[in-house]
Amino acid sequence: METTTTIKPDERESVITTEQLTKRFAKFIAVDAISFSVKKGEIFGFLGANGAGKTTAMKMLTGLLSPSSGKASVAGFDVYKQAERIKQNIGYMSQRFSLYEDLTIAENIRFYGGVYGLSRTTIADKTGALLQRLQLEHARNALISSLPLGWKQKLAFSVSLLHEPAIIFLDEPTGGVDPITRRQFWELIYEAASEGVTVFVTTHYMDEAEYCDRVSIMVNGRIEALDSPRGLKERFHASTMDEVFVTLARPSA
Amino acid sequence: MKQFWGFVMKEVRHIMRDYRTLVILIGMPIIQLLLFGFAIRNEVTNADIAILDASKDYMTTEITNKLLSSGYFHLSAELASASDIEGVFRSGKAKQVVVFSQNFARDLYKNGTASVQIIGDASNPNMATILFGYTTSIIQDYQFQLAAHRGQNAVLPITPEIKMLYNPELKSVYGFVTGLVGMILLLVSALMTSIAITREKELGTMEVLLVSPLKPPQIILGKVLPYLVLSVINAVTVLLMAQFVFNIPFRGSYGLFFFEIMLYILTALSLGIFISTKAKTQQVAMMISLGALLMPTILLSGFIFPVENMPLPLQIISNVIPARWFLVTLKAIMLEGLGFEYFWKETAVLSGMAIVLIALSMKNFKVRL
Amino acid sequence: MAITAENLGKHFGDVEAVKSLSFHIEHGELFGFIGPDGAGKTTLFRMLTTLMLPDTGSASVLGLDVVREYKNLRNRLGYMPGRFSLYQDLSVEENLRFFATIFNTTIEENYHLIRDIYIQIEPFKKRRAGQLSGGMKQKLALCCALIHKPDVLFLDEPTTGVDAVSRKEFWEMLKDLKAQGITIVVSTPYMDEASLCDRVALIQKGTILNINTPEAIVAEYGKPLFAVKSARMYELLGALRGFSFAHSVYPFGEFVHYTDSRAEAQPEEITAYLAGQGFTDAEAHSIKANIEDSFMALMESPSGQEIP
Repeated sequence: METTTTIKPDERESVITTEQLTKRFAKFIAVDAISFSVKKGEIFGFLGANGAGKTTAMKMLTGLLSPSSGKASVAGFDVYKQAERIKQNIGYMSQRFSLYEDLTIAENIRFYGGVYGLSRTTIADKTGALLQRLQLEHARNALISSLPLGWKQKLAFSVSLLHEPAIIFLDEPTGGVDPITRRQFWELIYEAASEGVTVFVTTHYMDEAEYCDRVSIMVNGRIEALDSPRGLKERFHASTMDEVFVTLARPSA
Repeated sequence: MKQFWGFVMKEVRHIMRDYRTLVILIGMPIIQLLLFGFAIRNEVTNADIAILDASKDYMTTEITNKLLSSGYFHLSAELASASDIEGVFRSGKAKQVVVFSQNFARDLYKNGTASVQIIGDASNPNMATILFGYTTSIIQDYQFQLAAHRGQNAVLPITPEIKMLYNPELKSVYGFVTGLVGMILLLVSALMTSIAITREKELGTMEVLLVSPLKPPQIILGKVLPYLVLSVINAVTVLLMAQFVFNIPFRGSYGLFFFEIMLYILTALSLGIFISTKAKTQQVAMMISLGALLMPTILLSGFIFPVENMPLPLQIISNVIPARWFLVTLKAIMLEGLGFEYFWKETAVLSGMAIVLIALSMKNFKVRL
Repeated sequence: MAITAENLGKHFGDVEAVKSLSFHIEHGELFGFIGPDGAGKTTLFRMLTTLMLPDTGSASVLGLDVVREYKNLRNRLGYMPGRFSLYQDLSVEENLRFFATIFNTTIEENYHLIRDIYIQIEPFKKRRAGQLSGGMKQKLALCCALIHKPDVLFLDEPTTGVDAVSRKEFWEMLKDLKAQGITIVVSTPYMDEASLCDRVALIQKGTILNINTPEAIVAEYGKPLFAVKSARMYELLGALRGFSFAHSVYPFGEFVHYTDSRAEAQPEEITAYLAGQGFTDAEAHSIKANIEDSFMALMESPSGQEIP
């Protein structure tokens, strides 16, 4: 663990690279020639206003949508030709859809393990380890609907890591969660990143951005800025990411 | 009042904007009527018949040949005695049996009359009527031929004697029209109203409506009024098509017709409101409307199966279905031209249901969440 | 008093959504209920807006009892529920006109109230509400809630799901409305919005943790607080928790917020300890608490962590 973290981010291999990645819908250009790369073990914040093109870009990176032009590779696979391989090697969690409310914790874990083709014994081992780490052993047979939101979020995150993906995509993961649970959630993210998992977070909440190693800010389909939160704040003479974002997204204001 | 009309206008906009649903709602009665109508008017060819010929003279042979060469019929059995008739119907071997009496030709010349008995299987009244029509016209044709051949003007009367087995009154020949009215009005009134109200709950707009000065009766009436109009349009569509496309007679009073229709729509609308007070989502409202209302209405109201032929438990259940009562009144007005004195009981039952349902749905409509 | 609540409570089955809350809100105040999802904010708002009956206690809004005098009250309050309650298939203008009509008024009559907000969405007035962006929906919903000139306005999570720019604009609009004398009660899960309110109630699991001006709440923060930084964030958290004087350790963006159990702790002591643990790049400096620090400190006290 020590060795991976002492390496400077720049020396690590890139697990996501895009070059001039573009998506057009009829006349509308949703994503306009974006180029960036994300390193292994990095926590990368992908920000933008509503309708800036975040969702479209993420759909292309997760193999759900074919790009119009440009290049992109995710976890070493090409987004045009190897979309199915990409799906095997990434995890996904969003605030809206995570776990089945009417199934128990154990049933959800078994289901997702099954989806990713894990063997019965692997699932059993991982279930035990996961519940132990989250201190949820006593709630193994509790319905998801009976859990507080914070626990659902942490559980959903852990479940999306079950098949040991190289990259995990998080869509507004901590909206509405209480501040302590939210920090526990970010600690889970840090832990995963320290073990080499790349974390790709899309959000329009700027305080979530402050936790990322680097963030990009999309405006009208283009990446207008990409740096560490501190770097961005220095560049825009701002004290918070919120100010950075407002300056970028509404230059006139 | 301005509040109320504003509310109604909003509902009308919802309905007009969702033009796909609107097209279905307006088009459905037309399409269903065409489907049922043409199914009924279908030409029948090569229907299986059996013949019981007790005289076997040249006349009965000629008539038999004429029947069989018409293309409408196919001879499936020649019967030796009347006791075989039941058997061929039961086994489904024949849809119709033609029975010639003994000494057919001789009776005709000597007594000036002879009888032929046509027995139909009226469990399918539509088919039975069509076959009967074919048979009588062929026999009639033969009579004219016979008269012409003998150079006489007077036609020797062969009296076809009709006997319909299993459903002697030939119920529900045109019953599909009344059944369709019952079904479509229920669908538009109950299903659409319940969905329209639960949609507001799902969207969260009900919260805003409730905190507004709008009164619950205004909300309910505002929701219901556009569907009432739509239902009446549907009823008129069915009525016009039945009369002008299918030539189904309308024998009774239009005033009574619309009175009964409004009563039924009212019942269906209050059912819709009642469902929406219980269901939290559009999906649940739809499931209840389709499963608990539409299916029983189709199956138990007498639309498809005559109520009298149902097993007793189902007959008892059918009593709680508004359409069961509505169809009786409608049939009496449209097809039989009967007056109010013949169906005041059914009307009373329907009124009772409407009053109870309106009271229930008003009571259950909550002014809070 | 614009709003008073005495021991107001509501439960759903075994779950106590709102536990016997008492508070007062002044006329013309911009008051915020700040707390996470599931804290009971929506239930509380529904009771105050007459949509739900309380199980215990009582509340009055504008001097009217929320249970007995709900009909009168409904004419005088404006309410914007959590999900922007608009008719998606009606246009911007039709939505606004509808809400004006059901409150027995017209857009023209109260146009002065919504003018500043409405001119921003007016170019899209023929567009259906379903096709608006989150920020524009929020503005339209606010116009609809204002069109009958309410004396008190309840906004349940108006900024959830809206981007940072629209959120900022929204709070500016609220300031303008407050200047017109409307009492505004707003709920939000975002701690950083607390500083925009006159007074806030921090709410968690149906109870009010603290109620005061945002400045007073952070001033009450009892312990010295430090922001600590290192390139190795995850390891830093563990190391600080291993420090024998550590009281609380929370990640806070690029920093870790650390409180010491001693009253007189110095940043140098922390960096010295961390250097000993191999964090030669660690920096620490004393900072003032913000609302989120206060909220967490209040959450830690007696009840501790939630376990299902």
